[in-house]
This record gives sequence, C-alpha cells and structure tokens, in this order.
Amino acid sequence: MPTPTKGTRLGGSPAHERLMLANLATSLFEHGRITTTEAKARRLRPLAEKLITKAKRGDLHNRRQIMKVIRNKDVVHKLIAEIGPHFADRPGGYVRITKTLPRKGDNAAMAVIELVQEKVAAKAKRTAKKAAKAETKPAAEETKAEAAEAKAEAAEEQAETNAEATTEAAEEAKAEDAASEQADQAEEPAEQAAEPEAKEEAKDEAKSDKDGES
Amino acid sequence: MAVPKRKMSRSNTRSRRSQWKAAPVHLVPCPNRACKELKPRNVACPVCGQYAGRQVVEPA
Repeated sequence: MPTPTKGTRLGGSPAHERLMLANLATSLFEHGRITTTEAKARRLRPLAEKLITKAKRGDLHNRRQIMKVIRNKDVVHKLIAEIGPHFADRPGGYVRITKTLPRKGDNAAMAVIELVQEKVAAKAKRTAKKAAKAETKPAAEETKAEAAEAKAEAAEEQAETNAEATTEAAEEAKAEDAASEQADQAEEPAEQAAEPEAKEEAKDEAKSDKDGES
Repeated sequence: MAVPKRKMSRSNTRSRRSQWKAAPVHLVPCPNRACKELKPRNVACPVCGQYAGRQVVEPA
C-alpha cells in the first residue's frame, strides 16, 4: 500500500511538488546524473524508479503513463529506447544517491542522484572471482603443507644428529652434577641441624611473652 | 500581551548564552588510499571526489 509522503510538500503545494519532481525526473533521465538537495533526491528516487519500471515494459499504455509525468518527448523516447533496455536484467534499484558536501550559500545537504551504470553482470563476475580465489587458496595451502612437511623432515634429521651430540654431553654433565649434589647434601644436614635449635629458642621466647601478657 | 516585568540581568543573559556551543564535526580519513584526507562520514570525498571506490564528484 502506498504510504502518503510525510511532512510538507516540496515547494509548498502538492501541485508545485509534482511539477518540481517531474522536472527533476526529466533532468535525471536527460543527463543520467544530477546534483540536487538531499531532500529532493530522496523524494525523486521512488518516482524515477517507477518510471523506469514502466519504461522497461515499454508498451503504449506505459508510454502514456510516463507521458503523464515527463512532458519532453525526446526524454520519453530516450527513457524507453535506451534506459529501459539498459536495466533489463536489474530487478529494481536503478537509481543511486550519494551524499556530497553541503551547499555553500545556505548549508543545505546536497546529494548526487544518478542512474546506475554498472551492469548486474558485475555481480556474477565477483562471484566468479570469489570462486577463483577459493580454488587458488586450497592450492596455496597444499604448497604450504608440502613446504611444512619438508621442513619437519629436515628438522627431524637435525634433531637426530643433535640428539646424538646432546646425549653424550648430557651424560658427562650428569656425572658432574651427581658429584656436586653429593657434596651439597653433605653440607645441608649440618645446616638443618643448626636451624631447629634456633627455632625452639624463638618458640620459647614467644611463649614467655604470651604468659606475661595473660 | 504578556510583557517582561523586569530587565533581564547581564548575568542571566550571559549564563544563557554560555550554553551556545558548537560541536566538532566528526571526520574520518578518506578510504581512497591515494587521498587519505579527512572528510565527513557517508559523504563523497570533496578532495578526490570518490565514494566507495566510485568517482562521484569532480575533484576540487
């Protein structure tokens, strides 16, 4: 169901709005791209899209429907002969609005409204590219995996050679460690024997303090 | 017709006007790698004229 336009009409009265939108639509189809205020562009887009939909059918009835809005016959001919067939494979969304900097004089929000030039086939191309990428990616992964395997093999070989060297070194080191540990263990018990006495003294002192307080 | 009973004091006038502040414009760098100029969001770049990779406006 068509919803009524919210707010006031462009230009003050419904007739003025209709005329302004008709002129804007005529200019848009004549030039393919026009710069206008954002408010006018937003109002123009649904009207322009409906006119293009009529132009795509292009029979006499639709031509007369378009003629009700666009009074310039050259533009009507261009709309039906060129613009309609151009959008044959596009299911709506024929018009694009891009915001630009505000106007210098009154800081009004401005926008560029244009007919979409790109063909829908561009989308298919993108998907094709994606597919191509998907194909190349696994291939790249395979090569990577091969490289990783090769690296792993090399690493294993190195590890084996290293391991032989390290085991010999480790045995020597172990022997040294064992000797030093034995020496340490001999020293440690003496320290441990000295420590308990100190602890007991400290405990006795703490106990006596507590007794005095109570 | 309703009219003010007292003169508005200088203090009250200035207190009211102290709230008239300007907010900084939110700017982002242009996504066009050759441009990188700061521009408002969702607006065709005024320097390079591109928006979302498309040439929309004549570059300044």
